[in-house]
Amino acid sequence: VSALTDLTLAEARDGLKAKKFSARELAAAFNTAVEQIKPLNAYITPTPERALEMAAASDARLAKGEGGALDGIPLAIKDLFCTKGVLTTAASHILDGFTPPYESTVTEKLWAAGAVMLGKTNLDEFAMGSSTTTSYYGPTENPWRRPGDNRPLVPGGSSGGSAAAVAAHAALGATGTDTGGSIRQPASFTGIVGLKPTYGRCSRWGVVAFASSLDHPGPMTRTVRDAAIMLGAMAGHDPKDSTSAPLPVPDYEKALTGDIRGLKIGIPKEYRVDGMAAEIESLWQSGIAWLKDSGAEPIEISLPTTKYALPAYYVIAPAEASSNLARYDGVKFGLRVDGDSLDDMYEKTRAAGFGAEVRRRVLIGTYVLSAGYYDAYYLKAQRVRMLIARDFSEAFKKVDCILTPTAPSAAFAIGEKADDPVAMYLNDVFTVPADLAGLPGISVPAGLSDGLPLGLQIISRAFDEETVLRVGHVLESAAAFTHRPSFVAA
Amino acid sequence: MIASPKRFGPFRRERPKIMPLDKATVARIATLARIRVGEDELEPLAAELSGILDWVEQLMAVDTENVPPMTSVAEMTLPMRDDVVTDGGNVDGVLGNAPRSAKGFFAVPKVVE
Repeated sequence: VSALTDLTLAEARDGLKAKKFSARELAAAFNTAVEQIKPLNAYITPTPERALEMAAASDARLAKGEGGALDGIPLAIKDLFCTKGVLTTAASHILDGFTPPYESTVTEKLWAAGAVMLGKTNLDEFAMGSSTTTSYYGPTENPWRRPGDNRPLVPGGSSGGSAAAVAAHAALGATGTDTGGSIRQPASFTGIVGLKPTYGRCSRWGVVAFASSLDHPGPMTRTVRDAAIMLGAMAGHDPKDSTSAPLPVPDYEKALTGDIRGLKIGIPKEYRVDGMAAEIESLWQSGIAWLKDSGAEPIEISLPTTKYALPAYYVIAPAEASSNLARYDGVKFGLRVDGDSLDDMYEKTRAAGFGAEVRRRVLIGTYVLSAGYYDAYYLKAQRVRMLIARDFSEAFKKVDCILTPTAPSAAFAIGEKADDPVAMYLNDVFTVPADLAGLPGISVPAGLSDGLPLGLQIISRAFDEETVLRVGHVLESAAAFTHRPSFVAA
Repeated sequence: MIASPKRFGPFRRERPKIMPLDKATVARIATLARIRVGEDELEPLAAELSGILDWVEQLMAVDTENVPPMTSVAEMTLPMRDDVVTDGGNVDGVLGNAPRSAKGFFAVPKVVE
């Protein structure tokens, strides 16, 4: 028998149902794995005792044949989701000691489906970043290393702790959030599957807010099937989030038919960006060939406003962040630095509590929303955003989904790009458009470049996660990505 | 006739020329954002933020005449509910994470002498 930590989520679920092992045994194996991957700094707060307690409750339910869709499945939770009674940091100093008295809707749903919490994972501070290096708790390392090169690499970000934990077999799946690419880009960098659902599919209630019109919770797993299973448990209408869609949740696993014959796949010509690595272009061509061999029809499309997606994002996201982060003032929770007056206390607390990237974005956001600049920057960006959404609507008149690379490069070394914010922002060039338009997208591991994983992305129409999963599943089978990172818990 | 700053200022819609942020502007927005920024940090921050704004300036090349700003990501109208109290009466929960509280309130430095 292979190690329990080598199972996929679907295999573990079936094994638990067939009583091949208990939820407690599974949780214990993963608690050990969490311990083993400590050098990666993927978890901020492991919760091994809670995992064992939840697993014991799962075993009782499974024994009675009452198990839910995820009963006994050990998961990691990005430390942006509020978890009742468990430290929630958003990887920021300013949330020091914050222990939520409530549970986020998404995690509540996961626990209701029987899932087991292994702990809270590291991220870029307030999810602002593409490398998990801006965390107050230190950077997370990618379990992958370039062959013959010992430099630690970033796992991508902002959901880098979740990605590293899943890739290193120290969780069967993890929650992530995607605002500009924070699920899909780290999935690509660590060789796992990351699914950003449609805006409104998964509730944002209880998720520490970064940019409310762009924040999308979603699953990160090792296989497309696992993502389908996990999404089914996370999704659904929530009256506590006014932007949550009042739509039924399909059985996503049923969408994995393997049949994509006749499907029209859009290939956007604007996604050939300057300086993109040749390996990425060739992997993209392989992806096109795989889908064609499976009976789909590739069609060149145009998304003309794409090249303005990143600058629009870097107006809208900081604007929303500056507003959302106004609540961190040293009064209601977290860090307080005393001052002579209320304003003095606010200013000192926020100076000490926010890291450099968060401060940069709050200042940019404050500027673009300030009197005299609101029209020129914020409204302009929201008009460009409308054009980006229209580009997609036009494309979906001709095609059923769109195939692109996930990221313009493989993982880079920790510390690289740190001194050039704009170079760091370019990581999200292929993922940001789907966030701006609120469309579902998945990254599937498809190949290696210089020994490091690369993902391909499928984007589809709003609320059509089923097509994203169906095509992603075919891509996954064709790519047959079986490479393992250099550091795997065992 | 007094020129409206929106039309004739440096940020008018047609081919605007965005001035890089200077130290004084950074100090002003830091105050608006209630983040204390040291005097020695103003210059490097001004350069850094100007770099980002310069890059964002490419947006001005997009023709957005007659394009409405996006206000809602998903095409849905916000739901209404009955205007009734659904939660509350949980002072301990609300104050549980406060750095300082007293007699059922958040405690802050003295505001009125």
